Amino acid sequence: MIRLVPRQSASNGWQVATPLLAVLATMVMGGLLFAIMGYDPVAAIRTIFWDPLFGPAASYSRPQLLVKAAPLILIASGLAVGFRAGIWNIGAEGQYIIGGITGAAVALAVYPLEAWWLFPAMVAAGLAGGWAWGMIPALLRNWFGASEILVSLMLVYVAQRVAAWMAFGPMRNPEGMGFPGSRNLQQYPSAANPELIAGTGAHWGVVAAALAVLATWFLMSRHIRGFHIRAAGIAPRAARFAGVRPQTLVAFCLGLSGALAGAAGLFEVAGPAGQITDKLGVGYGFTAIIVAFLGRLHPVGILLAGLLLALTYIGGELAQLTMQLPAATVQVFQGMLLFFLLGFDLLTRFQIRRRVSA
Amino acid sequence: MTANVFRAERIGKSYPGVRANDEVSFAVAAGEIHALLGENGAGKSTLVKMIYGLVRPDDGRMWLGDALYAPTDPRAARQSGVAMVFQHFSLFDALTVAENIALGMENPPPRRELAARITQVSHDFGLPLNPGRRIVTLSAGERQRVEIIRCLLQNPRLLIMDEPTSVLTPQEAELLFATLRKLAAKGTAILYISHKLEEIRAHCDRATILRHGRVVDSCDPRAHSARELAAMMVGGEMRAIDRSGRQAGEVLLKVQGLSQPAPSAEGTALKEVALTLRAGEILGIGGVAGNGQEELLAALSGEVRSTPGTVLLDGRDLSTEGPEPRRIAGLLAAPEDRLGHAAVPDFSLAENTLLTAGARKGLVRGGLIDHGGARAYAEAVIRDFDVRTPGPGAAARALSGGNLQKFVIGREVMQDPRVLVVNQPTWGVDAGAAAAVRQSLLDLARKGAGIIVISQDLDELLELSDRFCALNEGRLSNPLSTKGLTLDSIGLMLGGAHGMEEARA
Repeated sequence: MIRLVPRQSASNGWQVATPLLAVLATMVMGGLLFAIMGYDPVAAIRTIFWDPLFGPAASYSRPQLLVKAAPLILIASGLAVGFRAGIWNIGAEGQYIIGGITGAAVALAVYPLEAWWLFPAMVAAGLAGGWAWGMIPALLRNWFGASEILVSLMLVYVAQRVAAWMAFGPMRNPEGMGFPGSRNLQQYPSAANPELIAGTGAHWGVVAAALAVLATWFLMSRHIRGFHIRAAGIAPRAARFAGVRPQTLVAFCLGLSGALAGAAGLFEVAGPAGQITDKLGVGYGFTAIIVAFLGRLHPVGILLAGLLLALTYIGGELAQLTMQLPAATVQVFQGMLLFFLLGFDLLTRFQIRRRVSA
Repeated sequence: MTANVFRAERIGKSYPGVRANDEVSFAVAAGEIHALLGENGAGKSTLVKMIYGLVRPDDGRMWLGDALYAPTDPRAARQSGVAMVFQHFSLFDALTVAENIALGMENPPPRRELAARITQVSHDFGLPLNPGRRIVTLSAGERQRVEIIRCLLQNPRLLIMDEPTSVLTPQEAELLFATLRKLAAKGTAILYISHKLEEIRAHCDRATILRHGRVVDSCDPRAHSARELAAMMVGGEMRAIDRSGRQAGEVLLKVQGLSQPAPSAEGTALKEVALTLRAGEILGIGGVAGNGQEELLAALSGEVRSTPGTVLLDGRDLSTEGPEPRRIAGLLAAPEDRLGHAAVPDFSLAENTLLTAGARKGLVRGGLIDHGGARAYAEAVIRDFDVRTPGPGAAARALSGGNLQKFVIGREVMQDPRVLVVNQPTWGVDAGAAAAVRQSLLDLARKGAGIIVISQDLDELLELSDRFCALNEGRLSNPLSTKGLTLDSIGLMLGGAHGMEEARA
């Protein structure tokens, strides 16, 4: 018989090993799934994990890696800070949408003005919009003790309705011949978020994601606020004893993760997406939760996890095109990844021992 | 010479990296109150767990009466006639006394019969208890009676009691000993675990002394002084406490009209608490647990803010300030709960200095952490307070209770506070570490700091404090000088024992 024995302290080796193990298990189980569905499992796995980077069409798909990874990393960096403190923002998707809308609103309001300050102002508005959307669950928790998990999640659906309303109503392109959706910001030079270096996919969002990784690393390891956040996550009473006000922490963490998600939304709307539509939210806010955990809530881990998850997006699309795999493949993969990660996490806290007899 | 009820022969138990018990042999006679004496970590708990069937010995044998005794689990132990009262109670608050007792029995009799038996046993042994009352309405002493009666209903041959008086007032403790005497007179053997030496000297017939997992001595505790017993426990002469060289100076801390609602359903409201503390003075605050100790500490540390004008340091109103401004002003605190309140279990000792010493020790400047400075400060605390640990990188949870306590107290003392408030500074700490902690508080007071010691250990309060107040249901009594104060008079100040009147009736 096998039995689990709690470890004295979490094992460092397993901390690093479990994400890798989870990726491996996802490949194996995913392959099994494809085999059952009648596809060649080896070809499918190669199409998803290998071809986007090194396959025949890699020159097209490689830049996509940064395009997809940037919002994931940007959002996950903020989420991880809150998760460390035990503050669970599940609604980054909503903050992402609202940030995109408020950021775009600045550009649409002054169209067709060309000015150097327009793009920075849009970024600021995107940050502010996401921050404000994140502050709703923060304040409701601080004032009434409402669960930030539920409130932030429910606000995603509100945000989606707001996006639809904007696309069909106030922000509809007056020259769009009645089609829903705003003006295309990519065709508005002062407002556009262009590819900075041709062929890399790197836009300002990629720069922002890199900065977010650095800044959250600095916050969590060098700044006393980060220390308090970590303390509050493990021992809330000790944090309070140190002088942390739980309400301040809730507002800080939800505000920060909201702002970063909002910025990610803006970079997307001004760049790859180009316009406000009712399909503004494509799930980055939810996938970023997986990125945060897969990256062990550590900035460097998040960087790697963000790239990996971006790969599953691109590879999944590629597999749809070339192998006619169903569109849900990506979600299944991402779900499996989180599932295996949480499952293997058991190993960091417990040891497996074999018992001779019961 | 009466027959031995229980006998252990060369039993041993190892855990990874530590030999918890080694060749332990001793015997408990019928009708004897037998003390098991030792510092924390001496192996008392492991030994008792083996007797109660929670842990199996690696080697050696045990006898109960004439039969070989090797319980596989506590149920088997109970069936053989071994009962145990734990330090921490396992009672359901929402249920009544009788319901709780029925839950712990293998074949509970019908409710009315059980209630009658509870009343009978509680009457026989002088343990007043109403079987119909809900646990939540009972004091700690009364809850313990529930546990004891639960054991007595099984007519045990050997009753094990693990630090039973730590939650009791002196009067309640007296009541308990009267009960144990009656029980012993009927031939029950009692194994009594404690590190309160005076108590053991007054009430126990024999003492087996454990050190580092081995039996080092066995004696009649009445024939030895507390100092001698302590010396046997720690294996060396105890250092005498030096109280000299202190004199009360100007008023440092003034608390007036401090009232706080209870923080939770289980908490205690503070009612019009007032006190003054002078430089160089140690004020002792006694009381049975749950009478507002934690709440008072939180109101002084700044974790809970109070109405303006209630907490003043050097005449400056700190009532509405949080912990950090109070520390900067010189008001420091060390809470009772070491792991999770005074320290973050998973953080290293170096990181744990940042919890309170960031500002006063310059470990945090402009929000930036000086990790090297934190490490150096942790090293200094480890050195000056003789904290036994591999180094500042060790996690707080890896330290033993006594060592972590020395670290926590040292972390505050070495910041040179103007006023230091400590709650239960030596709770669960072995005698050697306790003496070191107490001496460090006295030394700090000698340098001119004011100290408030909140404790349930009355001996400790008498040893340390110049003045004494009692905290009872959130009210603080007027202070009395500890000169000429006896344990008995203190006991009465604590509000007397719950249920004493019934007991004497």
